[in-house]
Amino acid sequence: MQDQPAAHDLVTAVREFLEKVAMPKLEGHDAFHARVAANALAIVERELAIAPMDNAAELTRLTGLLGHDGDLVELNEELCAEIRAGRMTLETPHLADHLWATTLTKLSIDQPRYAAYKRAIESTASLDA
Amino acid sequence: MSTTDTPEKRHDLAAGLETAVGRSLANVDLVSGVRRLSGGASQETWSFDAIAGTHSHPLILRRAPGGTTNNKRDTAVPLATEAALIQLAEQQGVPVPPITVVLKDEDGLGDGFIMERIEGETIARKILRDAEYADARPKLARQCGEILAKIHAVPRGDIPDIQVSPARSEIDKYRDIYASMKHPHPVFELAFRYLEDNLPTDENLTLVHGDFRNGNLMIGPDGVRAVLDWELAHVGDPMEDLGWICVNSWRFGEIDNPVGGFGSREDMFAGYEAAGGAPVDPERVKYWEVLGTLKWGIMCMIMVSAFSSGMDRSVERAAIGRRSSETEIDLLNLLAPRKA
Repeated sequence: MQDQPAAHDLVTAVREFLEKVAMPKLEGHDAFHARVAANALAIVERELAIAPMDNAAELTRLTGLLGHDGDLVELNEELCAEIRAGRMTLETPHLADHLWATTLTKLSIDQPRYAAYKRAIESTASLDA
Repeated sequence: MSTTDTPEKRHDLAAGLETAVGRSLANVDLVSGVRRLSGGASQETWSFDAIAGTHSHPLILRRAPGGTTNNKRDTAVPLATEAALIQLAEQQGVPVPPITVVLKDEDGLGDGFIMERIEGETIARKILRDAEYADARPKLARQCGEILAKIHAVPRGDIPDIQVSPARSEIDKYRDIYASMKHPHPVFELAFRYLEDNLPTDENLTLVHGDFRNGNLMIGPDGVRAVLDWELAHVGDPMEDLGWICVNSWRFGEIDNPVGGFGSREDMFAGYEAAGGAPVDPERVKYWEVLGTLKWGIMCMIMVSAFSSGMDRSVERAAIGRRSSETEIDLLNLLAPRKA
């Protein structure tokens, strides 16, 4: 077990330094790359916050779909082989739901402002309502 | 990019440009205002003016990086061929920057060509949001359809020797690249499976622009002024061009306007057919939208490999890998839409 602050909070501190202290002093290409760097750290922050729980859920779904245990990489590779061979299709129970859930997790980490993601989240909320 | 752009080099460039434009334009006294617009791995673009008496010709130089020759560009057509294609398209009535002259060895500028500089906007977000283009936006999808019909009407026998790449070879190319990355993407597998199961068998191959999208079109308040960036042109399924401009990545957030973020598929198809294009099968266009979306997702993965291999250690290059997932949600919307 590591000491405080948590990795997530260290990354936040670095991102805030970039945004609040470094970036205002930069211009042109350097300012652009600092913005890209701050965005990359924001991805890391979201991954540290979201991935543990969502990846565990993905593993549970994969285990159910494929009928046996394994790690995330092995099971994803097996799922790929099943889809490639046409043994699992969109008609396979729970496959489409699994792919949607996994993809929404990726977007929630990588690009939560992507318009198609925001649209999907809104429609999920209205389905739940 | 400015490190190689020294005053001495600019002087050499100006001398070479004077020689080259002298073959095409009468009474050129000098060239001025030479400045670099962009530079990449496959080509450089420069802006300049050729002054003839009281007249000034606004021009663009497009040449191989650093003025090299015989530059091997993987999938891109050679620059002289690109110029020939632009001239062929112009004969069909496609709006293009007219070619002023193709470079020769004695110009000392490397491979490339000089074309007229068209005024207008290529930045997609401005085209989609600025008030200046408000009147143009509703017309653009139809114009794109008309223009594509003209590109696809270039007689097959006139097309120079360029790559022939129908769906089969496009799929194989991207399957190989994806496989070499060794990272599982179940959604990409679903897309490959769809592409295999729906492979077009009756392909009527034509000239295909290959990168016809918002970003490669010069737009004015009056509409499309010029189709740019012909380096990915090939012979293929004409519906590839109609599908590519609908890929969600080129809508720049305007996701309810499938054509480039500015218009509807119906408008584009109507323009295509009215300008003499073959009747459009929307399912075939969707097929190419799926292939195009997958292609962009895999291209994002390629950029990560350039980072991992040490070729380009920039954060920008690394971070683009995390845009691959954008294409996965777009593919799911195309292949497995959720019930509303």
